[in-house]
Amino acid sequence: MRHLLSIEDLDRRGIERILDRAKSFTEVSEREVKKVPALRGRRVLNLFYEASTRTRSSFELAAKTLSAEVINFVSSGSAVEKGESLKDTVQTLSAYRPDLIVIRTPHVGAAGLVAGWTDAAVVNAGDGKHEHPTQALLDVYTLRERLGSLDGLKIWIVGDVLHSRVARSNILAFTLLGAKVTVCGPPTLIPRGVEALGCDVEYRLDRLAEADVVYALRMQRERMTDAYVPSLREYASVYQIDGRRLNARQVLMHPGPVNRGVELSAEVIDSPQAVIGQQVAAGVVVRMAVLYELLAGRTVPASAPSTPAKQLA
Amino acid sequence: MALSASSGAPAHAPLVVRESTPAELLVRGAHVLDPRAGIDAPHDVLVRGGEIAEIAPPGSLSPPAGAEVIEGEGRHLLPGFVDPHVHLRTPGQEHKEDLDSGTRAAAAGGFVAVIAMPNTDPTVDSAPVLQSLREGARREARVPVGFLAAVTTGLAGDTLTEMAALRDAGALGFTDDGKPVHRAAMLRRALQYQRLCGGVLALHEEDPSLSGAGVMHEGEVSARLGLAGIPSISESTAIGRDAAIAGYEDGRIHIQHLSALESVAAVAEAKARGVRVSAEASPHHLALTDADVLASSLDTRLKMNPPLRGEADRQALIDGLRDGTIDCIATDHAPHAREEKEVPWEQAPMGTTGLETAFAAVHAELVVPGVLPLALVVEKLSAGAALFGLVAPRIAVGRPADLCLIDLAAEWEVGEAGYASRSENCCFAGRTLRGRVLATVAAGAVAYRERAFALSAA
Repeated sequence: MRHLLSIEDLDRRGIERILDRAKSFTEVSEREVKKVPALRGRRVLNLFYEASTRTRSSFELAAKTLSAEVINFVSSGSAVEKGESLKDTVQTLSAYRPDLIVIRTPHVGAAGLVAGWTDAAVVNAGDGKHEHPTQALLDVYTLRERLGSLDGLKIWIVGDVLHSRVARSNILAFTLLGAKVTVCGPPTLIPRGVEALGCDVEYRLDRLAEADVVYALRMQRERMTDAYVPSLREYASVYQIDGRRLNARQVLMHPGPVNRGVELSAEVIDSPQAVIGQQVAAGVVVRMAVLYELLAGRTVPASAPSTPAKQLA
Repeated sequence: MALSASSGAPAHAPLVVRESTPAELLVRGAHVLDPRAGIDAPHDVLVRGGEIAEIAPPGSLSPPAGAEVIEGEGRHLLPGFVDPHVHLRTPGQEHKEDLDSGTRAAAAGGFVAVIAMPNTDPTVDSAPVLQSLREGARREARVPVGFLAAVTTGLAGDTLTEMAALRDAGALGFTDDGKPVHRAAMLRRALQYQRLCGGVLALHEEDPSLSGAGVMHEGEVSARLGLAGIPSISESTAIGRDAAIAGYEDGRIHIQHLSALESVAAVAEAKARGVRVSAEASPHHLALTDADVLASSLDTRLKMNPPLRGEADRQALIDGLRDGTIDCIATDHAPHAREEKEVPWEQAPMGTTGLETAFAAVHAELVVPGVLPLALVVEKLSAGAALFGLVAPRIAVGRPADLCLIDLAAEWEVGEAGYASRSENCCFAGRTLRGRVLATVAAGAVAYRERAFALSAA
């Protein structure tokens, strides 16, 4: 694997190899000196065109724990605001000879474009509403820790599937590991044709009891103004996961940040069934494993970035 | 191209082209295929003074003094193609295309006439702009060019253009292409006014409230990619509405770039009701689908409006072409500069070039596999002429030479040798197509010779 742009870049064995390595890295976080020299001398460039707290900081922490050098590049106040194109920015930053670029953008497919414009390995940290593969990997890691195998699990993903890159990556990853995924949400927020990803579709929570895992998505306020749902109150009354709807056997997940009282009630967020904190913690070790997978043993590119052959060559 | 219109002709010749030397040539032994003229056999064709002077059995004609001889054996001589839907980007966007490069691309694709859209900068919405554009074409155009003018000023949808003055200045018809005429009442006014001034109303059919922020066909691929979809009903409901208005006013409308199954049905229904409606489909919608978008990893050259749709839609377009619901093939040649397209999919402008690949794409994807007969494709590639009141090219004695010579067996990789167009945003780039235009004669003058062919002939 040269880049991690989509869960589709991985097969089941590849995912399991990353998760096993992530597990072996947990021990590092428990040390007094939380650092191993695995990626010493390597440069990791964080290129974030969207606000992000946990994803960016966990990539940074992961890289530093592996002794890589980290450069953070955020779009505000940068050349991007002066009108520089993504291609020019990437080619400029490639002059610093990064070994790996972590990129988040609001645009579908941007990580794939970047991979064509640089010799560095590229990790997609979210490209628009398309994918967020490291989130899916950390979610799978968290579930494995909690429940063991995903084989045969029934997982319900509840909420705004239409606008969720987390949902798309997770449908693919959960399914690849043997779980059966159902997406559930307002019909206006379920993309037409989503069954093609291999999931079932429900519009009501009536059969939520059959789920082993309930994965709630963040409900964003701007969806109200776009008239996808009439009001947050109505959304919460139909789709909020609360103590009444969640049973004691079920595991509750959420990618964060949570809108308390909208997609989740306070009682379930703080319940022992919720693994939301574990998801965040898993973010660091899983991203360490991804960086290791892409960089360890890989030779430093000898040549300067070349013009991409694929795009408009 | 005959520089006159059949009926309701504006005061000026509808097409303009730069002056060039009338061709004197003998095409020897080519398989002449002209469905309209009823010819489908090898012939010698003699062109004198830019007119077809003689059509005779192969080997029977000898070249008059000074005439060029083109060996046509094993090749096909066809009536030149006419494209009723191109964007020449002039005035104002000459970094994408201009009259010279755009008509060069047309000639390279076997086209002997093109009709340019008015969504330029400034918009072609007043007689002076149209007159200066026609002046430019008289200096630069390598094949005859006709122009549509805007329906509404600045394509803004608020006020009608001076349609009568624009017709007098040579507008073949009217369109707000790139955008729909969104308000029903505005379209109705334009159709009422059409009774005064004539001119087909060519309609880009789309309901903006349904398309929203969509950037590709709404379906399984958009769901997978997380891209906002443009549903098929955005097009078909607009066609339904506009066909009803045209029927009520007995207006003449032409539906541009059909893309969806539901749209083909809407056009068929309107035709059955007697509405005066015609329709076009593009080579890219006939040959590609949203599965190609996925397979291309979001190559922005495959982003256009309307979007590439599903396989059922593509099949419906093919059926529509076969049964006559769709009257002609039009490219919607829409050049964009490299830097404009070299951005993430959602940010890229809509449009693909198409003039240079139109025949080869349809031939390779539909004729070679036996889906459509060659004669039908040849006919549909010039049928756009009559829809806009122009005389369609015909290989017949006494007619102006509007010809293209094609090697049906020649395979070529799109883009490998560059493009005649100023832009390179061709959705077929990298594909190997079959059928190569070797030479084009437009309005009686040689407008194009393929490089290797020209060298071998020299």
